[in-house]
Amino acid sequence: MNPEVLLSVQDLHVSFGAVEAVRGLSFDVREGEVLAVVGESGAGKSLTARALLGMPPREATVTGSVRMGSYELVGARHSVRAALWGRRLALVPQDALSALSPVHPVADQLAAAVRSVDRVSRKAARARAVAALEEVGIAADQARAYPHEFSGGMRQRAVIAMAMLHSPALVVADEPTTAQDPETQRQILDLLAHRSEATGTTLVLVTHDLPTVREHADRVLVMYAGRLVEEGPVEEVFARPRAPYTAGLLASAPRKGRGAVTSSGSAAGRDQPQRTRRQRLPSIPGTPPNPSDLPLGCAFAPRCPLADATRCRTERPEPETHDGRTVACHRWRELPDHPAELFLESV
Amino acid sequence: MTPLLDVRDLVVRHGSRTTVDQVSFEIAPGETLGLIGPSGCGKSSTAMAVLQLRRPDSGEVWFDGRELTSLDERRLRPLRPAMQPVFQDPYGSLSPRHRIRDAIAEPLRVQGSWDSASGPERVAELLEQVGLDPSHGDRRPHELSGGQCQRAGIARALACGPKLLVLDEPVSALDPSLRAGILNLLAELQERLGLGYLFICHDMALVRHFCDRVAEMRDGRLVRTAPLP
Repeated sequence: MNPEVLLSVQDLHVSFGAVEAVRGLSFDVREGEVLAVVGESGAGKSLTARALLGMPPREATVTGSVRMGSYELVGARHSVRAALWGRRLALVPQDALSALSPVHPVADQLAAAVRSVDRVSRKAARARAVAALEEVGIAADQARAYPHEFSGGMRQRAVIAMAMLHSPALVVADEPTTAQDPETQRQILDLLAHRSEATGTTLVLVTHDLPTVREHADRVLVMYAGRLVEEGPVEEVFARPRAPYTAGLLASAPRKGRGAVTSSGSAAGRDQPQRTRRQRLPSIPGTPPNPSDLPLGCAFAPRCPLADATRCRTERPEPETHDGRTVACHRWRELPDHPAELFLESV
Repeated sequence: MTPLLDVRDLVVRHGSRTTVDQVSFEIAPGETLGLIGPSGCGKSSTAMAVLQLRRPDSGEVWFDGRELTSLDERRLRPLRPAMQPVFQDPYGSLSPRHRIRDAIAEPLRVQGSWDSASGPERVAELLEQVGLDPSHGDRRPHELSGGQCQRAGIARALACGPKLLVLDEPVSALDPSLRAGILNLLAELQERLGLGYLFICHDMALVRHFCDRVAEMRDGRLVRTAPLP
């Protein structure tokens, strides 16, 4: 049935003083899958990613549990975490330029990463570094170059090669393509998917880009204001979202090959040059909440067209699981068949 | 109908590199042209040259019946209010030290059209037009969300009574749940005011939704201009 659970997160909280950025998050990462973690800035997705790797920011307080096999990563001593990094867990960072040292050639940095885990000669480490770079499409004669001599896409490929050096069980990619143009983005994501398949690595992909999720992930976890909103297989969630927030996000993103995402009306006359302007995109009203000033009940309620004045405003919805899908919303059963219409009125 | 903007053989060089190479296109009043292409292909250089913020090395820019590249700064100045930019970074395009209402009033002051009796009312009207509350005018950019800041940036562009807006990736720095709201606002303003838009973007799905025609750039050249079905 279900593949084995590689990593299990239970009631994860990450806070900075009185401000709670991740507020009780539970989910599993299963072996061999690509799990996308989606959310807007401030939703807590990057902090969640860091917590999975046992590398939260120093000033953060983390409680709850992140278990990988027999290891507990929350509160683990540095030696325990360091023993996992590289071998079992690896990070593909958002900003490859600051992840690489500006004063060493790229191949030397990969060779150092080889030797941080395996006791091999410098020469052997170098050979492995060059081979790893070749696998991501960086030729041997370019390996001597410094990071600033690489394009953004090449730097990102180099840090992917570095993360994959020891075929780790889990790679967490934290917005690996945010700063790149679409062509480079596609190349990087294809490479990530391809390399993790080749090495049998499980991938957690943190992103706010829905087309990326649709194309590359098996399951998706949607976060809002530090909590889980919805989780499930990508195809099912995209075809029939259960949480109003997910529905709004999906409805408001223009899709390839379509004028606008309207469920009822069809595209107006083709010869009309003003077609696009007549159709409004569905949009989510309001703005994401401030983590230091969250509403009492459901954090999305102030922006939610389905929210009622009582329960949604006073009681936090807890995640509930039905048919392999999890949703945290009091009123998910009342979401209409064409939820895009809910978001059409608001400009 | 004569085009609002007619760009002919535009060339911009940076040192020995030609960043914009013989680019030509037109925009009619009330029309949106999407300019698409990978980063570094010259989209933003084209925008800067159209706005005469960086004078092109050769080519012509006809705007509202006048040729801009042959005009000196003094003659150009009265025409500038009619073509306004909206930038990608909503916080970076507003001064952190100015209150929103002062940022919106500034173009009116610079143009000499500020009137202390009707000015504040005009600012409140502009705020309302972009979906902000007049009370937002008292705030500074860091007290607003990215989407609200972008609305303030649009209000400032509208203050001059423009005919053309050059939108340089106006939603790519925004959170996904806020993008649709800004696009809807821009569409509504266009309908109401008959504005022409040059919409720079690297997301084809967005361009398809938002634009009437698309022009694709690659390595400084325009490789394709096509109407969108």
